[in-house]
Amino acid sequence: MKKKGFKAWLYLLPAVIFLGAFMFYPLIDVFVYSFEEGYNSASQTSFGVGGYNFSYVLHDPYFMQALQNTFLLVIITVPLSTGFALLISLGLNSIKPLRNLFQTIYFLPYVTNTLAVGLVFMILFKKTAYTDGLVNAFISIFGGGSVDFIDGPYWAKMFVLCLYTVWIVLPFKVLILTSALASVNEMYYKAARIDGTSKFRMFTKITLPMISPMIFYLVITGFIGAFKAYSDSVALFGTDLNAAGMNTIVGYIYDMLYGDSGGYPSYASAAAIILFVIVLTITVINLMISRKKVHY
Amino acid sequence: MNENNNSATSIKPVKKRKKSFRVTTVLVYIMLSLWALMVLFPFYWMLLTSVKDYGDYSSEYIPQFFTLAPTLDNYAEAFSAVPLGRYFLNTLIFTLITTALMLVVTVPAAFAFSRLEFRGKNLLFTLFLALMMIPNELVIITNFQTITDMGMRNTFSGLILPSVTSVFFIYLLKENFEQIPDELYKAAKVDGTSDFKYLVKVMIPICKPTIITIIILKVIECWNSYIWPRLITDDQAYFLVSNGIQEIRENGFGRENIPAMMAAVVVISLPLIVLFIIFRKKIMEGVSRGGTKG
Repeated sequence: MKKKGFKAWLYLLPAVIFLGAFMFYPLIDVFVYSFEEGYNSASQTSFGVGGYNFSYVLHDPYFMQALQNTFLLVIITVPLSTGFALLISLGLNSIKPLRNLFQTIYFLPYVTNTLAVGLVFMILFKKTAYTDGLVNAFISIFGGGSVDFIDGPYWAKMFVLCLYTVWIVLPFKVLILTSALASVNEMYYKAARIDGTSKFRMFTKITLPMISPMIFYLVITGFIGAFKAYSDSVALFGTDLNAAGMNTIVGYIYDMLYGDSGGYPSYASAAAIILFVIVLTITVINLMISRKKVHY
Repeated sequence: MNENNNSATSIKPVKKRKKSFRVTTVLVYIMLSLWALMVLFPFYWMLLTSVKDYGDYSSEYIPQFFTLAPTLDNYAEAFSAVPLGRYFLNTLIFTLITTALMLVVTVPAAFAFSRLEFRGKNLLFTLFLALMMIPNELVIITNFQTITDMGMRNTFSGLILPSVTSVFFIYLLKENFEQIPDELYKAAKVDGTSDFKYLVKVMIPICKPTIITIIILKVIECWNSYIWPRLITDDQAYFLVSNGIQEIRENGFGRENIPAMMAAVVVISLPLIVLFIIFRKKIMEGVSRGGTKG
């Protein structure tokens, strides 16, 4: 028996080493960093222990900007993308010809490089000296004035960011919801049809309750994902997100760590912990609501 | 099941209802086509722009939806003006080694958790599951410091090592291993097969679909990874495609050479799209089982 235990640990050794070094140790260390005041990465010394890093981050206007951007992004894109994904999945589920083709097309954004396709979005929306860009050309057909969506007003930049985020996250949601819809037992619909139930009532009384666990799963992962938005914003507005005013919380963490504004792992750690607390709170709230509303 | 559905609706005798049914079907198709267009348009646009002549492109005040004189010059430019081939090779090396190491770590761990008995097994597994909840942002800061302190910035080891493990894959594979009946293991034991041989000859072949799934998910993740490589490399010789594209955007080609930029974007997007077209079913199945994004 003893020998067997030894062998098991041998099989586990690579995983334990990797997880220990790059997950477990960093997890403890990040809390240490966040309470060390005035940490200097060159000399690896700090003045003392306290909550100064947190107060610095919370009083940093760049962090406040990042916080505002992230919250706006979350509030706009999570309901929008989930609702829209539901609409598309219901559509997909009600047709038969071309269904596979549509499903394949819809999934494409999932396998593309966020930064690469972001560049295409940037070109479509950007206004330069020699062209207004395609989107502005469209707007002018309908008589609107041209707007620079990339370097222009805040709402325009936010609009592009939200649009791109929805475009990126939709494949996953459509995929999950389509399979959830397909797995609803046909018997329920048949019974309802015999009773002469209206389509709308069938949707609210059968479909929605049956797929509600999946919807809540998507809402929860959607919240978590949107709070961690970063690459999408870089793809559209470049690496200097503070200058563009489009930074996100995760972007703020990395800017503190590295780059022209970097070299402050303590501030980065404090910001990361703040982000973690926000995400955790939202997830717990979500779970509490889902316990009340979701039909299992 | 769908056929049942169809026959049930076609039996319906009321004509009026059938007509409204047809109208909604048309509306559904219109909606689906519109979104398909929205999804495909950026791809069309990058392909189109990448074959437009630079001079032509610059003189279009209102962008044209097609070009009569397609050219491949931009692709030549993309490979010669910036080290696109280098970025490509780096990403390939990074993806292959990371995925291979991931398997070396994941498979034995899943095997130990599913098949072997040892003290502290439940405790360790609970710990692993707890790690699954930890967002990457929390650990990346220390990892950045660790790798920097070890002098592994701008090296492949620095890129690869922290990207290897995924607790979720261990969990997924363990669940799958546990579905293999105990009798097989006992029979193998009676025959004197060693644990390792049993793992390689029996468990891995049976669980091949799951293993392929995690390989595909890891490859997609590696090919698109941006944040860690950006932190850990500032030497162009070690850039991955994502960082390469960002570099191209900020400094390459001169800012205005959009067609060359789009050629680079096409080249970078192509491998995963080809992979997707070949393994469409496997990828979609894998993502619905274990993917997250969004």
